[in-house]
Amino acid sequence: MSTENTQQNLKEYVTAMIGGQLFGLPILRVQDVFFPERLTRVPLAPAEIAGVLNLRGRIVTLIDMRRCLGLERREDNAPPMAIGVELGFESYGLLIDSVGEVLKLDDDAREPNPINLDPRLARVCVGIYRLEGQLLMVVDVDRVLDICDKAIAA
Amino acid sequence: MDDLLREFVIETNESLDLVDVELVRFEQEPNNVKILDNVFRLVHTIKGTCGFIGLPRLEALAHAAETLMGKFRDGLPATGDAVTLILATIDRIKAILDSLEHDQREPEGNDEDLIIELRRMVERIVSPAAQQTVGTLAPRALERPLRPGEASLDDLERAFRETEVEAPAKPATTVSADVGAQDDDGGKAASQSIRVTVDTLEQLMTRVSELVLTRNQLLEIVRRHEDSEFKVPLQRLSNVTAELQEGVMKTRMQPIGNAWQKLPRIVRDLSNELGKQIDLEMQGVDTELDRQVLDLIKDPLTHMVRNSADHGLETPQERRAAGKSDRGRIRLSAYHEGGHIVIQIADDGRGLNTERIKAKAIAHGLATEAEIEKLSEAQIHKFIFVPGFSTAATVTSVSGRGVGMDVVRNNIDQIGGTIDVKSVAGAGLNFTIKIPLTLAIVAALIVESGGERFAIPQLSVVELVRIRSGSEHRVEKIKDTTVLRLRDKLLPLAHLGHLLGAEDADVENGFVVVTQVGSQTFGIVVDGVFHTEEIVVKPLSSKLRHIAMFSGNTILGDGSVIMIIDPNGVAGAFGSTVTSQMAAGDAETKHAADEEQTTSLLVFRAGSSEPKAVPLALITRLEEIDARKIELSNGRHMMQYRGHLMPLVSLSDKVRVKDEGAQPLLVFSDGSRSMALVVDEIVDIVEDRLDIQVAGDNPGVLGSAVIKAQATEIIDVSHFLPLAFEDWFRRKEQTARRRPRSVLLIDDSPFFRNMLAPMLQAAGYEVTAAASTHEALTLLHEGRAFDVAVTDIEMPEMDGFGFAEAVRGDPRTADLPVIALSSVVSAEAVERSRRAGFYDYVAKFDRQGLIAALKEQTDVTRAA
Repeated sequence: MSTENTQQNLKEYVTAMIGGQLFGLPILRVQDVFFPERLTRVPLAPAEIAGVLNLRGRIVTLIDMRRCLGLERREDNAPPMAIGVELGFESYGLLIDSVGEVLKLDDDAREPNPINLDPRLARVCVGIYRLEGQLLMVVDVDRVLDICDKAIAA
Repeated sequence: MDDLLREFVIETNESLDLVDVELVRFEQEPNNVKILDNVFRLVHTIKGTCGFIGLPRLEALAHAAETLMGKFRDGLPATGDAVTLILATIDRIKAILDSLEHDQREPEGNDEDLIIELRRMVERIVSPAAQQTVGTLAPRALERPLRPGEASLDDLERAFRETEVEAPAKPATTVSADVGAQDDDGGKAASQSIRVTVDTLEQLMTRVSELVLTRNQLLEIVRRHEDSEFKVPLQRLSNVTAELQEGVMKTRMQPIGNAWQKLPRIVRDLSNELGKQIDLEMQGVDTELDRQVLDLIKDPLTHMVRNSADHGLETPQERRAAGKSDRGRIRLSAYHEGGHIVIQIADDGRGLNTERIKAKAIAHGLATEAEIEKLSEAQIHKFIFVPGFSTAATVTSVSGRGVGMDVVRNNIDQIGGTIDVKSVAGAGLNFTIKIPLTLAIVAALIVESGGERFAIPQLSVVELVRIRSGSEHRVEKIKDTTVLRLRDKLLPLAHLGHLLGAEDADVENGFVVVTQVGSQTFGIVVDGVFHTEEIVVKPLSSKLRHIAMFSGNTILGDGSVIMIIDPNGVAGAFGSTVTSQMAAGDAETKHAADEEQTTSLLVFRAGSSEPKAVPLALITRLEEIDARKIELSNGRHMMQYRGHLMPLVSLSDKVRVKDEGAQPLLVFSDGSRSMALVVDEIVDIVEDRLDIQVAGDNPGVLGSAVIKAQATEIIDVSHFLPLAFEDWFRRKEQTARRRPRSVLLIDDSPFFRNMLAPMLQAAGYEVTAAASTHEALTLLHEGRAFDVAVTDIEMPEMDGFGFAEAVRGDPRTADLPVIALSSVVSAEAVERSRRAGFYDYVAKFDRQGLIAALKEQTDVTRAA
C-alpha cells in the first residue's frame, strides 16, 4: 500500500461511458485510447470479440464491452472508441462509447457491488464510487478478458 | 567476471556436447587417433580454463578424466567401462556448470568418488597391459636412427605427460576451442565466426518482418498511382528487402545435426542399459532449418529415438531367432523437399504390435471391437498418436510412460507439420515427419469469401480452378455434398463461407482452391482470388486460438489485419461433416470416412423403391437433362451429347424414360464414346464398405449389400455397356487380335470370379479361374502356362502377397506377371504389393484399370 502525496489512498481511473453508465478503469492498466479503424471481423469468434485490427504494427483484439455487459447495440452512429490494455504479450482494445476524464479516487471510499447488481455487470466490476450526480463502476480488466475465455469454454 | 564466466559456461557446454559425440565415436573406432586428439584437446582446454578462472572442482574432475584419456592416447585400449566412466565425469561437469550458470559459483560438493574411480581405472588399465603398451607403441617409433637434435617419440610423450598442466601440448590448444574446431581448419573457422545471442537475431528478425510489411504497404500505394517516380527506387528497396530477409533467415538456420548431437550418447547409454547392440546412422546432418523449428522438434526426435531403441529393436537373441543380424539399426535422415524438411526415423526392429494396439484401443474406449475390425493396419497404427497411449507392456525407465507419441504429435502439429508412421511387422518401423522450414514468413494466396479477405498458405495450394454454373468446371451437387469433377477425379468441396458460418453463400460461382493436406486433396470454394503475398505470420490472440480454421493472422500491405486459413482445420471440418452425415444414417459406419476402407457409391433409384448403387469410380459424369432432348431412333433412346450421339439404356423394363422434365442419367465414357443409364432418381453419394452379401440372379445385378443400413442392389455396369455398344469391350482388342492371351484369375469369392471371368472373356482373354492360391499354385506346378495372373489380396490361408512371393520364389514361374486386385487401395498397400513382387495393383471395381494393366503386362511378356 503506497500512500501518495496525501494521507489518502488515491488511485487514478480513466472513465468511460458505456450505454449511459460511467465506468472507471485503473489507469495503470490503460496503455492508450484510440479510434478503432479498419476492424476485421473474425468469423466463428466468441460474440464478445468485435474483431482484430492493426494498431501501429501490432495486432489488437477488440472486445465489445456492450456485449460483455449484455447491453443493446448502439443506436447512434457516433464513432466508437477503444481503450488499449495488455495481457501478457497480447494487446486488447475495450470497445466503449466514449472516454471521459481521469479521476483520482480514494480507495477507502470504494463500496462493494450492491447485491442486486445485474450479474453481467457484477462479473466485471469490483466496486462502486458514489460521485456527485452519478455512480462509477470500477472495472477489473482481467475479469473482462476472462469472460471471453469463458465464452470459449461454453 | 560475469561476462567471462558466462562465456566460459557457454563455450564449455558446447565443447562437452562435442566430447560426448566424439567419445562414442572413439569407442567404436578405437584406432582413430584423430578423434582421440580432438577429445583430449577439448577436455584439456576445459581444464586449463577452469584453472585460470579458479574453479577447483571442475579442474580436478577434468584433470582426472584427462589423465585417463592420456592413457588411451598412449595406446592403451579404450574399454567400454572406461568410456562410461569418462562420460559419467562429463555429466558431473555439466551438472556443476548448470549451477555455476545460476549461482555464479561452483556448488558445494565433493567429487572424490569419481576421481578415485578414474584413478583406479588408470591403474587397472596400465598394469595388466604393461607389455601391450610396448607393443602398441612400437609401430609408432621412427624407423630410422634419431638425428642430432631430435628427441624420441617416447621421450616427447613422457615430457608431455609430466608437464601437461603447465605447458599445453600444442600451441593450438591455447586457442579456446570453437564449436567448429573439430578438424584442422578449425582455427580458421574460429576467426571467421562470431557469437551472437539468439535475442539479437530474434529482434533482427522482427525488424525485418516489419520492414517487409512496410515495403508491402509502399508497393500497395504505388500500385494505385500508375506513373509514380517512386517506382524505380521502390523496386530497388523491394529487392534489397527481399535479400535482407533471406540473409536474416539464413542466420536463423541451423543444421539439424545440432538437434541430433546428443543422440549418439543416448543410444550408446541405452544399448548398454538394455543389453542391445545398436548402430545409429545419421544422414543429412547438414540439412538446415529455422532454429525456432529446430528447438521444437529436438525433444520429439530424442523421444522417438529412445522409443526405437527401447521398444522397437529386439535383443540380440531375439534378432538372431528372427534371422536378423545381432546389431539393430536406427537410421535418422533429413532432407529438403519444397519448402519443407522431411525427417525420417527408421529402425529395423520388430515393428508395431497391431494386436496389442487393438486391445489397448478397445481397453481405452477409443473404439469398439466392431469398429476396429473395419480398420486397416495403418489406421490402427495411428492410435499410437492418441493421448495417453503407450504400447509398452511394461513401463521401463527409458520410455513407456504413456506420454509418448501424442506429445510428439502435438509438438509437430504446433509448427504445422505432419507425422506419419509405417510399420511392417518383424521388419521395422518408419516415422516420417514433414515440417515447414520456417514459421515466420510464408507465401500466401489472398482470397475473398463473404466480402472478407483471408490468406491461404501457398504451400498447401495445388492449383486454382474457376467454377461457373454451366461451364465445363462446375459444381455438382449430390444431396448436401458438393463435388467437382476435375480431370476425371472427384474432388470434395468445402465452401469457405459455410465453414466460417455464413448462411447464404453462392456455391455455383467462384474459385476452387485445390488444397492438399497430407494425402488428402480437397477444394476450398472462395468468392474471389487476389494475388500471392509474402506474409508475416503473427500468432492469434489467445482468445481466438481455439478456432481450428485459423492458424494465425497477419497484417496486409494495405494495413488491414486478415486471418490465415489453416488447411488442416479445413480438412478436419471435412472429416466431421462426412462423419456426421454417416452417423445420422448408421452409427456403426462412423469410421467410414476413411477412404482406405470404403468405396464411394452412388445410390439411386430405378424401377423400384429399393435403392440401387454403383461404385462412383465407374461413373464418368452425372447428368440431369431436359427430357425433351431425348430422341427415339430405330427403337432406341438416344440423345446428342458433346457432339456425339449417346445411346440411353434403361436399367430395367420398369424404368420409364421420361417425356418431359429433368431426366437423371449416369454417363459412362470410354474414349470418345459415351452411354447413359436412365434412372429415376439420384439419391446420394455415400462412403461405405462394399460388402456384397447376396449374389444376384438377375442379369445386371451383382448382388445386394447393406449400405447406410438399407439393403441395396449393386448394379453390374459391365452388363449394360454392351447393350449400348455391342463391341464395348472388344473394340480395342479387335485391331490387334492375335492368339488369345491366357489369364489365371484367383479369387476366393465365387461371386467375384463369376463377375470378372465374363468381363475378361469379353475383353478377349482366355480365363482360368481358381478359388484359392493353393489351387492356382497347383495349376502352375502342373506346368500350365499363363500370360498373366490376377489375384485377390484378402483371402483365407495364403493371401495374395503370399501367392506373389511364392510365384517369384519359384524359378519356373518367376517370370509370370502377377496383378493384385483389391478393394483396399492405399499407398501402403500398393507399396507392400510392390515389395511382394506384384507387377501392378488395381482396385477391384476399376474395370478399365484392370484391362489396361492386363494389356500392358501381356504386351510386355509378348515383347520379351
